Amino acid sequence: MLKLARYLKEYSGMLIMAVALLFVQAITDLALPDYMSDIINDGVAAGNIGKIAQIGIKMLGITLLGAVCSILVGYLAAKIAAGVSRKLRYDVFDKVQHFSNKEFDEYSTASLITRTTNDITQIQMVLIMIVRLVFYAPIMAVGGVTRALSKSTSMSWIIALAMIVLFGLIICIFSITMPKMKLVQKLVDRLNLVSRENLEGMLVIRAFNTQQFEEQRFDKANSDLTATNLFVNRMMVLMMPAMMLIMNLLQVTIVWVGAHEVTSFNLDVGDMMAYMQYAMQIIMAFLMMSMMFIMIPRASVSADRINEVLTTQNSIVDKETPKCFPSDFIPTVEFRDVSFKYPGSGEYSLRHISFTAKPGQTTAFIGSTGSGKTTVVSLVPRFYEATEGEILISGVNINDVSQKELRDKLGYVQQKSILFSGTIDSNLHYANDDATAEDIDRAAEIAQASEFISSKPDGYDTAIAQGGGNVSGGQKQRLAIARALVKNAPINIFDDSFSALDVKTDAKLRKAIKEKLADTTTLLVAQRISTVLDAEQIVVLDNGRMVGCGTHDELMKTCEIYQDIARSQLSEEELAK
Amino acid sequence: MSPKPDFTPHADTGKAKNFKTTMLALARYMKPYYIHISVVMIFAVGSTIFSIIGPKMLGKVTTKLYEGLIAWYAQTGLLTDFKYISNMIIGLIILYIVSGLFSYIQSYVMSGVTMKVTYKFRKDISEKMHRLPLNYYDTRTHGEILSRITNDIDTLSQTLNQSITQIITSVTMLIGVFVMMCSISFLMAFVALLVVPLSMALMMAVIKRSQQYFKGQQIGLGKINGHVEEMYGGHNIVQAFNREEDSVRQFGEINDELYNSAWKSQFMSGMMMPIMTFVSNLGYVIICILGGNLAVHNVVSVGDIQAFIQYMRSFTMPITQIANISNTLQSTAAAAERVFEFLSEEEESPETDTIPVPNPVYGNVEFKNVYFGYTPDKIIIHNFSVSVKSGQKIAIVGPTGAGKSTIIKALMRFYELSSGQILIDGADTAKLKRSDVRAMFGMVLQDTWLYHASILDNIRYGNFDKTQEEVIKAAKAAHCDEFIRALPNGYDTEMNEDADNISQGQKQLLTIARVILADPKILILDEATSSVDTRTEKQIQKAMDALTEGRTSFVIAHRLSTIRDADVILVLKDGDIMEQGSHDELLKKNGFYADLYNSQFSEGEE
Repeated sequence: MLKLARYLKEYSGMLIMAVALLFVQAITDLALPDYMSDIINDGVAAGNIGKIAQIGIKMLGITLLGAVCSILVGYLAAKIAAGVSRKLRYDVFDKVQHFSNKEFDEYSTASLITRTTNDITQIQMVLIMIVRLVFYAPIMAVGGVTRALSKSTSMSWIIALAMIVLFGLIICIFSITMPKMKLVQKLVDRLNLVSRENLEGMLVIRAFNTQQFEEQRFDKANSDLTATNLFVNRMMVLMMPAMMLIMNLLQVTIVWVGAHEVTSFNLDVGDMMAYMQYAMQIIMAFLMMSMMFIMIPRASVSADRINEVLTTQNSIVDKETPKCFPSDFIPTVEFRDVSFKYPGSGEYSLRHISFTAKPGQTTAFIGSTGSGKTTVVSLVPRFYEATEGEILISGVNINDVSQKELRDKLGYVQQKSILFSGTIDSNLHYANDDATAEDIDRAAEIAQASEFISSKPDGYDTAIAQGGGNVSGGQKQRLAIARALVKNAPINIFDDSFSALDVKTDAKLRKAIKEKLADTTTLLVAQRISTVLDAEQIVVLDNGRMVGCGTHDELMKTCEIYQDIARSQLSEEELAK
Repeated sequence: MSPKPDFTPHADTGKAKNFKTTMLALARYMKPYYIHISVVMIFAVGSTIFSIIGPKMLGKVTTKLYEGLIAWYAQTGLLTDFKYISNMIIGLIILYIVSGLFSYIQSYVMSGVTMKVTYKFRKDISEKMHRLPLNYYDTRTHGEILSRITNDIDTLSQTLNQSITQIITSVTMLIGVFVMMCSISFLMAFVALLVVPLSMALMMAVIKRSQQYFKGQQIGLGKINGHVEEMYGGHNIVQAFNREEDSVRQFGEINDELYNSAWKSQFMSGMMMPIMTFVSNLGYVIICILGGNLAVHNVVSVGDIQAFIQYMRSFTMPITQIANISNTLQSTAAAAERVFEFLSEEEESPETDTIPVPNPVYGNVEFKNVYFGYTPDKIIIHNFSVSVKSGQKIAIVGPTGAGKSTIIKALMRFYELSSGQILIDGADTAKLKRSDVRAMFGMVLQDTWLYHASILDNIRYGNFDKTQEEVIKAAKAAHCDEFIRALPNGYDTEMNEDADNISQGQKQLLTIARVILADPKILILDEATSSVDTRTEKQIQKAMDALTEGRTSFVIAHRLSTIRDADVILVLKDGDIMEQGSHDELLKKNGFYADLYNSQFSEGEE
C-alpha cells in the first residue's frame, strides 16, 4: 500500500487541505452537544430566552460550517482518488503494452486485465474512504474523549466497557463467520463450475439423457451453498441488533450513573445529556476505524498486485545504441544453432535449430502438437529471445536492432486470429494508416477475402465486434492475413493461419502469395501436409529438434517422421501422386 | 482469483422494462412464504415500536432528575426519586432487550426466506436449462445464462432481504417516531416534519444527479475494460504492428473520460452524507432552540428535549433509506425480470401420444423428404431423403461452416424438423420420446466434454449402473486403459477444473470409451482434425474403427480414407445437402464433391 504512496505526492497540497477541513468538521461536530448543554444549563434552567436564541444561532452557523467542510472534503477526496487511479491505470497500461511475452506468460492475460481494471477501481474506492475517514475518525475519537472527560471523568469506565463489549462482539462474529465466508466463495465457484459444465455439455447431457443426474448435481451444490450462506447470514444479522442493544444500554447506564452524579452535584443535567452524545460519537469513531482495518488489508492486496506490475523489469529491451538494417536490405532469415527454453521451464523447447529462409521462397514448418513450430516463428519478431544461438535477418543479429525496426520488416499472422473492434477497413488499416484503397484491395484479394467482403451489405465498412465475434472463423483468419499483407513487409510469418480455411481456399491463397509476393520471404507453420507440399523448404520438427529439412519429395525419402505425418493424412494413392 | 472472461460485464443493473408485472410475479413466487413474511412484519414492527419508546422513557428519567434538582433548589421536595428512576431504568433495559430480540428474530426469519427463495430460483433455472430447446443456446453466450444464476440471483437475494425489511422498519419508524414526537409537543413535531420534505427533496436531487454520473462512470469503466481486454488479448498483434504507442494514446483518452465521470460521481455520492448530516443537525438546532423556549415556558420538559433530539436523529435514517429504496427496488425488479424472462422461455414441445421404441433396434435410418431450418423463415435443408441400412457408414463432408453438425442435431432430435420425417427402424423419431431417440445413439464429438469427477465416473457417464470391470473393458477397447493407469490415481483420478490434466487426444479417447460402454446401435462420430499428436491420432483412428464395426455410423469426415470407405457420402454446402452417393459415383458426377476432392492436390500437380 505504502509503495504506491508516491502517487499521492502531487496531491499533497489537496491532502493537507482535506485534513485541515476535516479538523474543522470534527470540531463543529463535537461542539454541538456542548452548545446544547449550554442551552439547557444556561438557557432553560435560567429561563433566559435571549440566551437560547443566541446560542441557537451560533449552532446554526457551526452546522453550516461543518456541512461545507464535509462537502469540500468530499470534493477533494473524489479528485484525489480519481486522479491517483487515473495515473495508476495509465502507468500500468503503458507498462504492460511494452511487456514481452515472457511477462505476459508469467502473469497470464486474465490477471493483467484484473490488475489494470478491478484492482485500480478498488484502490480508488479505498482512497476515498481513507481521505474521509482515516483522518476524521481519530480526530473525532480524540476530541470526543477529551470533551467527555471535561464533562465527567468518573463515567469514562462506561464508555470503555461498552467499547470492549462491542469489539468483543465484532471479533467474535467475524472469527466465526470468516472461515465460513471463505467456504461460501468456494461453494459459489463450485456452483458456477457445475452450471458452466451443464451449459457446455448440453449436447452430451441430452444425448445421454442425464438431465436428472445433472439436476441432482446442481441441487447438491445449490443446497450446500444455501445452507452455508444461511449460517453466515444469520450470524451477520446478529450484528445490528446486538450493536444497537449495546449502544442503548450504554445510554441507560450513563443516565443511571449520571443520575447519582447529578444528585451528588458532580454533574449538570445538560452536561449529562451532552455526555451521552459524546459517548455515541466516540463509539462511532472507533467503529469507523475498525472498518478501516477491514478495508485497508483488502486494498493493500490490490496495491501489491499493481505494484508488482509496475516494478516488473521488462525482459526484452532494446540496446542502448541499436544498429540499423543495411540500406540494401535482403529479407533472409537465418537461424544459427538456436536453442530456446521458456522462462521458468527447465527443459529446452527448441534445440540446435539451424536453417536459412531465402527471399522468394516459402519455408514451412511441420510437426505434431508441441513439437515447437510456433515457438520457432515467435522468436523472429522477438516475442521471446533465443536462449542460445542467434537469429540473423539480412545478416544482422535481430537482438542488435530496435524492436520497432525489426517488426517493421515483418508481416505476422498468429495462430489465433485476433481482430479489433471497429470495421473491416479499420482492421486492415491497422497495419498502415496511410494505406491506399488499392493497397487494401490488393491485400484482400491475395488473402481471398475480397469475395466475402463485397458480399456484405456494408463492404469494408462492416462493423467488427470485439474479438471479431460477428465474422466466421475462416473470414476472421482471412482478414488477419489481409491485415498482415497491407503492411507490405519483406518477410511474412504465417503461424498455422490457414487452419480455418477449407482446402480449396487454402490452395488459392498460397498460389496468390506465390504470385503476388514473389520477392518476399515466407515462413509458414502448418498442420495439414497439403499446405506444405509445394514449399521450397520444409523444416520437420519433433519434440523441439529438427529432424528433417528439404522438399516434400526429399523428405518422403529420408525423413521417417515426415512420412508418418504424410501417411496419416494422405492415402497411398495420393502419396503416389 | 482470475476473472472469468466468459462472463458478460453486468455493470448495468438497468431498469426493469415492466416494473409492476415483475413485482407482482415476484410476489406470487414468494407465496409459500407469506406466513413467514407476516411474522417478519410483526416482529419488525414490534422491534421498532419498542425501540421508539426508549428515548421517551429515558427522557422522563432526565426530567425527573431535573425536576428533582429544581425542587431541591426550591426546597419543596426530594432531591431525587431513585425508586422511580430505577424502575424506569429496569423497564428500559427490558424494553431494549426485547426490541433487540425481536429485531434478531425478524432478521433470522427473513434471511431464511431470502435464502430459500434464492435456492428455489437457482433450482428452477437449472432445471429450465435442461428443458429449453437447443436453439435457445445458439443465440446466447454461456456468460449470459451464467450471469442469471450468479449476478442476477445475487442481486435479487441481497435486495430482497434489504428492501422488504427496510420498507417495514422505515415506515414503522417514521410513523412511530412522528407519533412519539406529537406526544411530546405538536408544535415541535410539526417543525420536525418540515425537515422531511426538505431532506427528501435534497436527497432526490443528489441521487438523480449522481446516478447520471454513475452511469457515465459505468460506461467509462466498460470502455476501459473493453480496450484493455482487446489490447492485452491481442498483445502480439499490437507489438507486431508497432502499435503500442497508439494503443496507449487511445487508452489515455478513455482514461481521461473515465476520470471525469469518476470524480464527479464519487463527489456526488459523497455529498449524500454531509447533506443528511446537515439536515439532521439543522433539525437538532431548531429543536434545541424551540425546545429550550418551550421548556422555559414549561410547555415541555428537559427530558423531552433530550428524547426529541434522539427522535430527530432516528428520523433521518429512515428518510435516507426510503429515498434509496426506489433504486433498490428498481434493481430487484431488473434482476427478477431477467430471471423470469428466462424461466418463461418456450420449452421443448411436450411429449404426448408417444410410440414405443422399436425392439430390438437394428439401426436402419431413413430420412424422408426432410426440410429443416433453425428459424422457420430460413429453411436450409431442402427435401432431403436417404435410406441407410443397418451397419452402413455415412460420411458427411463439406467446407467449414457448411452445417455438417446440423444433420446430426436433427437426427438426434436436438432440433425439430420443419417438415418430413426421420425413421429409425420404421419408427418416426418425432413420435418417439426424445430420451428414447437419443438412447439409441452414441456420440463422439470433437468438443470433448468431461466433467469435474473421476475418470471412472466420466467413462460411465449416463450408465452409472456399470461395474468397474465393464468400464475397464471399455477403456481397453478404446485404447485408453494404458494411459489411465499411468495417471497418479488411475481410474480415480479427478478431472480438474479445466480438465487439462490430460491431453486433448486422451480426452477424445475417454469419450470413445464412454460410447463403447453405452453400446448404442447407431453412432455419430466427429473426426479430429488437429491438435493431437501423431501417435494419439493413430490410436483414436483405431478406436473409432473398432467402434464402427457392426453399427450404423454417421461420420463427420476429414480423412479421405474414411470418406472413400463410406457407403453413402453426403456433401454439404451452405447448410444444404448438395450431393449424395458413393465416392465413385460422386467423382463421376464431376460436381462439387469432385471439385472439393481434387482441389487438395491441384497445387502439387501444377
